[in-house]
Amino acid sequence: MTPKRQQRLTIALGIAFGTALIVGLIMYSLKQNINLFYSTTQIVKGEAPKNARIRVGGMVLRGSLERDTKSLHVSFLVSDTAEQIKVDYTGILPDLFKEGQGIIAQGKLDAHGVFQADEILAKHDENYMPPEIAESLKNAKPKTGKVSL
Amino acid sequence: MKINMPRWFYQLASPKWSYDIMGMLLPWFAIAAGLLLTGGIVWGLAFAPTDANQGNSYRIIYIHVPAAILAQSCFMLMALAGGIGMVWKMKVAHIVAKSAAPIGASMTVIALATGAIWGKPTWGAWWVWDARLTSMLILLFLYLGIMALYSAFENKASGDQAAAILTLVGLVNIPIIKYSVEWWNTLHQPASFTLTKKPAMPPEMWMPLLVMVLGYYCFFGFLLMARTRLELLERENKSSWVIAVINEKI
Repeated sequence: MTPKRQQRLTIALGIAFGTALIVGLIMYSLKQNINLFYSTTQIVKGEAPKNARIRVGGMVLRGSLERDTKSLHVSFLVSDTAEQIKVDYTGILPDLFKEGQGIIAQGKLDAHGVFQADEILAKHDENYMPPEIAESLKNAKPKTGKVSL
Repeated sequence: MKINMPRWFYQLASPKWSYDIMGMLLPWFAIAAGLLLTGGIVWGLAFAPTDANQGNSYRIIYIHVPAAILAQSCFMLMALAGGIGMVWKMKVAHIVAKSAAPIGASMTVIALATGAIWGKPTWGAWWVWDARLTSMLILLFLYLGIMALYSAFENKASGDQAAAILTLVGLVNIPIIKYSVEWWNTLHQPASFTLTKKPAMPPEMWMPLLVMVLGYYCFFGFLLMARTRLELLERENKSSWVIAVINEKI
């Protein structure tokens, strides 16, 4: 490579890495704002802003779902396995919503510490499996005592 | 420091040599793409098992995932080609990068559109401003900006130079897209399919996906070479080899 080309190579690499450094620093300082939701632990600890519309994410605690028989009102506990928060919601739930499912609720925390949601989104994980395998995993659970995947 | 590049590297700088080589490879890529895409789509949509949680709607991954992978691969290729074009003042490299831009933009649109269609039934929303979706939208804007820059200059060489710089700047977005689902809380799930880990699905689900990804790559190679050849003819229209090629066709 000629010196001229080496100089241009340095410039090209400088542009790529320089931008990476700048953007990296900006994103590091904005880390908290890029998160889509707060975990229940963060909310219980008071890390989420009060009296503002926020999103909370976690698992719907098994056995906590209560459906109103006359309306679309539901309430359930959402948990990140450490802390849990009660969520109230009236409306249509996404297809994937069920107990044990990861969800994201948008709304406000009221004075009683209950999360009044106006939107519920279902979060699914990266694992896919045919129904028969899911069924056999479920059946295998009581025998072994715990699930090992 | 003295680095000698291999001979083929300098041969690629010759428009005529590149035009001929691509003309030879083109039909093979077209055939491979046709076979892989047809086989993969039939296998994925008709024969792969349904998912326990999502039922049939998960099958959109056979369109969505390869498009998203290609959208990012294409950008990396453009950055490499643009960088080579800048450093060695190689016209052919710039032409490859320019020809790739609209293909990458289309792949990004496919990934965003299929993602929205998938998001409505599974998540309950067409669009969410989470880090993965937003960085992918930025990728689309980068593609559009680069395409605009290529044609914004009267002097083609200045356009090439400006677009190559924007591509190198935009390269920072690629690791952000890739790691967004790990660095931040997002609605989008982490990758099911990576080079380093075992896929998070059984073989009868990921094999058709792999076939689709390979098919997309071949289709991309085919489109890229066809577009590059056309652009080479247009840019070199005064040179004797182009006139010879045209005379041969008439």
